[in-house]
Amino acid sequence: MSVSAAPLVKARRRIPIGAAIGLFFTGLFLSTAIFAPLIAPHPLGEIVGDVWMPMSAKFPLGTDNLGRDLLSRMIYGTRTTIFIAAVATALSFTLGSILGFTAAVVGGWFDMTMSRCVDLLMSIPTLIFALVVLSVLPSNLVTLILLMGTLDSTRVYRLSRAVAADINAMDFVEAAKLRGEGRAWIIFREILPNALSPLVSELGLRFIFAVLFLSALSFLGLGVQPPQADWGGMVKDNKDGIVFGISAALMPAAVIGALAISVNLVADWILNRTTDLKGGRGNG
Amino acid sequence: MSPIVRLIVQRIALGVLLLFLVSILIFAGTQILPGDVAQAILGQQATPEALANLRAELGLNDPAYFRYFRWLGGVLTGDLGTSLTTGQEVTATLLPRLWNTLFLSFWAAIVAVPLAIVLGLISARYRNGWVDKLISGLALTSTSLPEFFVGYLLIYLCAVKLQWFSSISTVYDGMPFLDRMKAIALPATVLTLVVLAHMMRMTRAAILNVMQSAYIETAELKGLRPIEIIRRHAFPNAIAPVINVVMLNLAYLIVGVVVIEVIFVYPGMGQYLVDHVSKRDVPVVQAVGLIFAAVYIGLNIVADIAAIVANPRLRHPK
Repeated sequence: MSVSAAPLVKARRRIPIGAAIGLFFTGLFLSTAIFAPLIAPHPLGEIVGDVWMPMSAKFPLGTDNLGRDLLSRMIYGTRTTIFIAAVATALSFTLGSILGFTAAVVGGWFDMTMSRCVDLLMSIPTLIFALVVLSVLPSNLVTLILLMGTLDSTRVYRLSRAVAADINAMDFVEAAKLRGEGRAWIIFREILPNALSPLVSELGLRFIFAVLFLSALSFLGLGVQPPQADWGGMVKDNKDGIVFGISAALMPAAVIGALAISVNLVADWILNRTTDLKGGRGNG
Repeated sequence: MSPIVRLIVQRIALGVLLLFLVSILIFAGTQILPGDVAQAILGQQATPEALANLRAELGLNDPAYFRYFRWLGGVLTGDLGTSLTTGQEVTATLLPRLWNTLFLSFWAAIVAVPLAIVLGLISARYRNGWVDKLISGLALTSTSLPEFFVGYLLIYLCAVKLQWFSSISTVYDGMPFLDRMKAIALPATVLTLVVLAHMMRMTRAAILNVMQSAYIETAELKGLRPIEIIRRHAFPNAIAPVINVVMLNLAYLIVGVVVIEVIFVYPGMGQYLVDHVSKRDVPVVQAVGLIFAAVYIGLNIVADIAAIVANPRLRHPK
C-alpha cells in the first residue's frame, strides 16, 4: 500500500495548484467542445423564449437577442471556437516549424529569403493585415483558418528557426551529417525531438492567441458568420443589450478569458517544467 | 560621420524601404480575390455590361503593376483615392478620424507608460514576493482577457449601473476639452489595461536582466539599499530596453485601438476600417491599412533609434 502510494504523492507534488486548475478547466472546455450536442439543453438556432430573458431554472444563463437559449449557444460556440483555433494553430505550427527547421538546416539563400519574407509579414500588425485581406475574400471557415494559420506561422517560424539553429550546431547533428543522413532525417529525427519542449509551450500560447484573434474578428463581424456561432460573434449579437443593463454579452466574453487563462496556466507550467529538466534552475 | 548617426540613417532608410514593400503587400493582399473588385461590389447577379462599365470606371482593365504605381503616386501626393460606397475623398474623411485615434492613443499612453514602468520597478524590487506575485497574476489575467470583455464590463459597471459616463464615446469638432476627456475616459482606460500588463512584465524582465550584472553586486556589497541600487545603477542601464518595450507596446496599442473604437462607437480610424471591410470598399481599406502599418513601422523605428541613442557603448565609441 505505502509502496504504491509513494509515486502518487510525488507526482501530485510536481503539479502546482495553478497548473492543476488550468488542466482541469482546459479539460472541461475540451470535453464541452467534443460532447456539445449531448450537453446542450436546446438546439443551436431554436428560439425558445422571449428576447433577453433573465437567468432562470429553464434558461440558466437567460436568452439572447433573438430569444435563443444562451447556455446552449455558448456550449455549441465552445466547439466552433476551439475547433477553428485548434486547426489554425496546427496549420501555423506545421508550416512555421517545418519552414523554420529547414531554414536553419539548409541555411544560405533559402534561409535569407524566408527570414526576410517573415520580417516583412511581421512588420504589418496581424489584425490590420487580416482585415485588408478579408475585405476581398469571402468570410468562410477555410479562409479564416488559412489566414489565421499563415499569419501566425511567422512567429512559430522565428522560434523554431532560432531553436533549430542552436541544435544544428551540436555534435550529435554533426555526427548524423557525417554519417550521411539526409536533410529530412536531420530535421525529423535529430532536431525535432530536441526542439519539442519549447515548441509545446509555445503551442499553448499560439492557441490562446488564435482564440483571442478569432474572437476579435467575429466580434467585428468578419469572422464566423451566422447561423454558425462562436463566442466572439455572440458578444457582437448581444452587445446592444449592455446599455439596458442586460449582461448577456459579458458571458461569452468571460468564457473566452477563462479558456485563455486556463491554457496560459498549463503552458506556464510546461515551460517551467522543461527549464527545470534542462538547466536544473529553480528546482525548489 | 559618427557611427551613431550612420546607424540612425541606416535604420530610417531601412524603414522607408520596408514601408514601400508593405505598400506592395497591402496592394497585393486586395488582389488575391479570384474575381475582382467590380465583382465584389456588384455581387454575383451583376450583368456583364455593368461589370465592364464599373471595371472601366475603376481602371481595372490596366495591368496590376500599373494600378499599383498609380495608387502609390496618389498616396505620395496625399490623394488616397475615392471611397467606392460613399463616393467621397478618402483623405478628407480620414484626417479627422486619424486625429481622433491619435488623441485617444496619446492619452492612453500618457497613463499607461509611467504606470507600467513604476509597477515593473516595484515587482523587480520585491521579486518573488507577494507584491510581485500579485502583479504578475493580474498581468496574466489581463493579457488573457479579450478587449471587449474589459470594455463591456466597464460600460456595464460605470455607464449603466453607476451612470458616471456615457456608454458611447461621441466626440465632435469644437467639443470642449473637458467634455472630450470625459468622453474618452472609458476607452482610454481599456486601452491602458490592454497594454499595461505586457509593458510592465517586459520592464520587470529588463530590470532583472541588468540586476544580474557584476556592478550591481558591487553596489550590493557596498551596502546600498535595494531601491537605491535600482534607482542609481539598474534603471539608467535598463533605459534602452525599457524604451524599446514602451515603443513596441505603443505599436501594439495602435492595433488594440481598432476593437476598442468599435466597442465604444468612437469615430476613429479603426471604426472606419472595420465598417468598410464588410462593405468591401477596397480603396478605404488600403488607405487605412497603409496608415496603420506606417504608424506601426514608424514606432518600431523610433524604438530602434532610442535603443541606439541610449546605448552608452555606441554613444562613447573608443
